[in-house]
Amino acid sequence: MNPDPMLPAIWEVSAVKRENTLTATLELTGNQTFAFAPGQFNMLYLLGLGEIPISISGPAHEPQHLIHTIRAVGMVSRALTEVKPGTQLGVRGPFGSHWPLTAAEGQDLVIIAGGLGLAPVRPVIYKVLQEREKYGRVWLLYGARNPAEILYSEELHTWRSQFDLEVRLTLDRGDEHWRGAVGVVTTLIPRLALDPSCTLAMVCGPEIMMRFVAQALETEGLKQEQIYVSLERNMHCGIGLCGHCQLGPDFICKNGPVFRYDQVAKILTLREV
Amino acid sequence: MQIKEDLIRKQRYFKDLELKHLQALALNAEESHWEAESYIFRIGESARHFYLIGEGSVSLEMHAAQRGMVRIQTLHAGDILGWSWLFPPYKWHFDARVLEPVRGLVFDAETFLDQCEIDHELGYQIQKRFSRMMVERLQATRLQLLDLYQTGEEK
Amino acid sequence: MSTETFSFDSSGLETLIQTLKSAGYLTLGPICRDGAIVYDEISGVSDLPQGWGDEQAPGVYRLKERKDQALFGYAVGPQSWKKYLHPPRLRLWRARQLENKLQIEKEETAVPRYALIGARACEIAAIQIQDTVLAEGPYADNTYLARRKALLIVAVQCTAPAATCFCTSQNTGPGVTSGADLILTEVLQEGSPHYLAQAGSPQGAEILEKLAFEKACSEDLKAAEQALVQAEQRISRQLQGEIARQTLQNASHDPHWQTLGERCLSCSNCTMVCPTCFCTSLEDLTTLGGEAERWRQWDSCFNLSFSYMGGGHIRQSPASRYRQWLTHKLVHWQDQFDSSGCVGCGRCISWCPVGIDLTEEVKQFAPPKSENMPERA
Repeated sequence: MNPDPMLPAIWEVSAVKRENTLTATLELTGNQTFAFAPGQFNMLYLLGLGEIPISISGPAHEPQHLIHTIRAVGMVSRALTEVKPGTQLGVRGPFGSHWPLTAAEGQDLVIIAGGLGLAPVRPVIYKVLQEREKYGRVWLLYGARNPAEILYSEELHTWRSQFDLEVRLTLDRGDEHWRGAVGVVTTLIPRLALDPSCTLAMVCGPEIMMRFVAQALETEGLKQEQIYVSLERNMHCGIGLCGHCQLGPDFICKNGPVFRYDQVAKILTLREV
Repeated sequence: MQIKEDLIRKQRYFKDLELKHLQALALNAEESHWEAESYIFRIGESARHFYLIGEGSVSLEMHAAQRGMVRIQTLHAGDILGWSWLFPPYKWHFDARVLEPVRGLVFDAETFLDQCEIDHELGYQIQKRFSRMMVERLQATRLQLLDLYQTGEEK
Repeated sequence: MSTETFSFDSSGLETLIQTLKSAGYLTLGPICRDGAIVYDEISGVSDLPQGWGDEQAPGVYRLKERKDQALFGYAVGPQSWKKYLHPPRLRLWRARQLENKLQIEKEETAVPRYALIGARACEIAAIQIQDTVLAEGPYADNTYLARRKALLIVAVQCTAPAATCFCTSQNTGPGVTSGADLILTEVLQEGSPHYLAQAGSPQGAEILEKLAFEKACSEDLKAAEQALVQAEQRISRQLQGEIARQTLQNASHDPHWQTLGERCLSCSNCTMVCPTCFCTSLEDLTTLGGEAERWRQWDSCFNLSFSYMGGGHIRQSPASRYRQWLTHKLVHWQDQFDSSGCVGCGRCISWCPVGIDLTEEVKQFAPPKSENMPERA
């Protein structure tokens, strides 16, 4: 990582994979290795356009590549989803807090993602698969909007075929070919038979979804201290100095983006904070 | 009889039913099974039964002109299928089509409702549980309506 | 380090300023301009606002001629020293593309060595707060850090506080106790200013030793003490900081925010004049030559765009933005940086075009229930 956190390091796009009409995954290669913890993010810069925060969604144990999944929601993100291999980007990071993988060791782990929220938890899945013996039962619950917007569908198939990983998928809306579950991701939770005495949950998706998922987990007996969420706000500097990403007393870039749910549960119910 | 009672007990909201109420329910139930692609009920048909899915999955669907078949929700093992038997006009509002072959219980709602009119305690205990299921289903449906994954999300 | 007090007149002050200039400092101080006392580079005593005072109230700032020749006979103006330590606009780097290769070049500028002439106790407290925010976090602001290390502070005791001042309730003044290299007190003898000086740091002591001023006589010392006591007594405004913190901690739904939202223009004056506000935005500009520049500039949480996130703005209503500013300043700052964010300088009160006075506004919220002690988030 570059010693000046405000100065981007140069990385090159080595591969682009279109995930769906709005989303693409970029593989970046640089002349440096990159160490990060699952849950952290980078600020990605495209010359002349601007810079945005994107979670790192590749395996943490392969530091020669940086993987980012980006959805086109604004000018910079749209441009990033349309880059060609060979384009050079500026990268600042890694910033932020990470998923509590050490605390999860020896416990059952339920990973719940919604929509694009699967991207920031994918490094967790990679880590768990790489060190499977460190964790108890592991579930991945994934809710997507419709069949076309299922993220990482090939990998989901691969993960699903693991004997020691339970993958459950549900869609908000099916189509005439869809043979799977339809309903919001919270409906998957009661069917898990969780053991609240030894379970940790990692939740990522739209804020409303995370709140309802946390509620459903609490109904199953989990305490708020056993649930982790990943939040986001407008970010500029990424290092806690510009003030933009504050949510109450927390800087999302510094105290987050991963938070233990009891620390943010109340403020997430407030409007316009 | 015991098999039916056990199956009912496994259901989330019925597991704490008093024995006499559990038995009343079981008396009105028959074991059954449905093949894949068959319809448990169709929209507009008379709703005089409800179902407990023991295994398999069911799709609640509606046919919309131009859009074709729209799947509203899927139900799975442990889910109760059907509420339209509770109130007039006692008609189904959706199609219930079998996805994965279903084994479960079908309850004679008409007889059961008559019993509830006499035994109010039984009626209350069942209504309580059905309203809870409905509230949860409504909550989940509202979330579905919000189309959450559609809002701009940058990470 | 000697705590001896020395005394000199205006020519002695001139000598001090010139000595600092010869030592390579850029001397900054108060001047009169555009109807206010602002900070700029000063060449000597002649640039200082001799004989000027100020009158301040909610939404009001006026310069008033004094009946004497005091050089520091006013409180604080719209500017704070943060414009030098935490510059309003700064280019961070330039980027260009050469044959598909992206090149980024950091902006390297010489670090200015500033000497602040006439810094007040509340301003020093504000600088110390900004030290915590910008220099002592997990990541430091390198520009701030460099300028701060090279900084020399010549403080002046406040002898003419304004009606909007409330440093006493924030424990930041009016007397300077630490954080300065030299501490001056201006005393008037028949309208003519006379200065007492004490060292506040080894660097300050060295300067005083070199200049070899006369030792202050006991009359002077008494006059200085009296001036300080009088200044403290003149401070009429009060902020009940701890009660405000407890009140605002649980006041998210209080209807008073709505009232404030209807008065507040979201003009962001308060954040611009506040000596502790630190928010900035990063902007990417392209030049006609195809180069790109990354700039950092002051921003304000009152701007709608401040909370923009792909799809919309989080704080759409002025009420929510006012709530953010005040709650951050008086509550969250404590959790983030272990102090209040407010130094009681009163600038936000004077420079608010609709005269919102936060010392009064905090009293309008429902008081905290004693059985419901708020928990830290």
